[in-house]
Amino acid sequence: MKKRKERIDRGIKVRSSGIFALLSWREMLYLATPRILPVIICLVLPLLLDPYWQKVLLSVAVVALLAISWDILAQTGMVSLGQALFFGVGAYCSGVMNHYWGLNPLVSIPIASVLGGLICTLLLLPVLRLRGIYFSMVTLIIPLVLVRIVEATKIFGGTEGLSGMTPLPSKWVELYLIMAVLLMVLFGFRRMMDSDYGLVLKGINDNDRSVINAGINIYWFKAQSLFIAGVIGSFCGAFMTHVYMFVGMPVFALDYSILPIAAAVVGGPGTLAGATLGAFILVPMSEALRGFGGLRIVLYGAFLVVFIVALPEGIFHYIQRKYHQIERWVEVAK
Amino acid sequence: MTDTPILKVSGLSKNFGGVRALNQVSFDLQPGELLGVIGPNGSGKTTLVNLITRFVKPTAGEVFFKGDKISHLPPYKIVRLGIARTFQMVKPFYQLPAYKNMIIPLYSPRMRQLAGGRYGDRDAMALDLLEEVGFERDAFVAYKAAGALPQGYLKRLELAKAIALQPDLFILDELFSGLSLAEVAGMVPIIEKIRMAGKTIIMIEHRLKELFRIADRVIVMNYGEKIADGPAKAVMEDEAVKSAYLGTETD
Repeated sequence: MKKRKERIDRGIKVRSSGIFALLSWREMLYLATPRILPVIICLVLPLLLDPYWQKVLLSVAVVALLAISWDILAQTGMVSLGQALFFGVGAYCSGVMNHYWGLNPLVSIPIASVLGGLICTLLLLPVLRLRGIYFSMVTLIIPLVLVRIVEATKIFGGTEGLSGMTPLPSKWVELYLIMAVLLMVLFGFRRMMDSDYGLVLKGINDNDRSVINAGINIYWFKAQSLFIAGVIGSFCGAFMTHVYMFVGMPVFALDYSILPIAAAVVGGPGTLAGATLGAFILVPMSEALRGFGGLRIVLYGAFLVVFIVALPEGIFHYIQRKYHQIERWVEVAK
Repeated sequence: MTDTPILKVSGLSKNFGGVRALNQVSFDLQPGELLGVIGPNGSGKTTLVNLITRFVKPTAGEVFFKGDKISHLPPYKIVRLGIARTFQMVKPFYQLPAYKNMIIPLYSPRMRQLAGGRYGDRDAMALDLLEEVGFERDAFVAYKAAGALPQGYLKRLELAKAIALQPDLFILDELFSGLSLAEVAGMVPIIEKIRMAGKTIIMIEHRLKELFRIADRVIVMNYGEKIADGPAKAVMEDEAVKSAYLGTETD
């Protein structure tokens, strides 16, 4: 019996576009694996790790969410250098609500996410018209300015910050809350970006004149995208406030701006999944390198360079391509 | 028959720094007319389009659409009123299938207005519109990635995007440029069909032969000024036009 190789995805793609017409369990598995695997990993991982790595997992998820938020903005044509703005505003919102008004974190976190998203959108509304590097510069500057405002006016505890926040009920609530949010954000917004609405957002990045020419107000759509990214980023800040039980000037640190971009670029921008994958690689790597002391940053930087040079398209795009190229043996009809 | 012109341009001017790109251009356009705009390179044809659709802000002058002033509105609102344009440089989503490129105009608020608050099945509408401009349905051309399509199809896609908005006034900016004779011959019937539906069209063209065959009236631009306005034949015999295209004889 003669045999030849055939790609698994080809048959599925040819038979249908959008609606899956599956002929076997094998094809079902082929389609379902990349979707179910991350869910299983995210739900099982907290159970397997020791307390130290559980803490690392929290920051992995936070960086992943910030990277997704960055990626959504970047896909709408707004390259932000200031995810720390979203993070910090969310952190202060939740911190203030908890510290002054004694709101339960499970209430203050969602409120702070939405409120933070709104505040960030309003702050950046005047610069929506700016494109490219000009928009980036403004997003870089605003968190730095906010830090100085907190320092100079001594508002919300000034340089001391606010401490003694109510923690979340248990570490399992912490872990599973952030994991559930990560999965929902990842799958939900991936779906959104693939929808017609997402196409309009991507169109603004690609060719904004042609979107305007469809009678669409691009600034309204940019503001929506900014709000979505702001809510995700503010959630991270609000969440971490209750994990650290502290909110202060470090929430506007440059780390929260740079790490998500590194994660998104290493993982593969434009997919959201790439941003998540990048966070799952970069953050644990940074932790694992702690043993090297002062050389840690050197090694970390070297790894980043290697990743970017070897896989400039991003890890996710590479894996996706290889996955689509998986072949199976089929019998050749005589 | 009312005498309100569908488009009235009066004294439209634009300065780019010290350069006067457009100087006091005025004309009226009656409903159902097909107006050709011609002129040498750099004579201000595309600037005129950009000013009417307000992608560029005019320095002076006004534009009226169906009697209402539109020259103070942002471009997306002008589109919603029923003016659609095509761009000279086509820039589709290269990685997406051609019909997915139609989603953006079909997502337009104008579509929702026209359909009474509903959008409908955008994919199906996209395929129908593309078939209308000559994407052969049987050959599944509309499903091909835009990046894999030849220039002729990309220009058709650009036209289909304008048709999707169901405008009353089409402004086609060098739709025929970069196309072969056969491709232009394929496009002409599509434009005639739009015209039969009673739509008004402004065409900016360098392909004079094809343009003169279908245009009712031609405006000739040179150095940012309108130097002639009238039926194609009369315009081409105008001395000013001849000198603009061929140069003046020197003694």
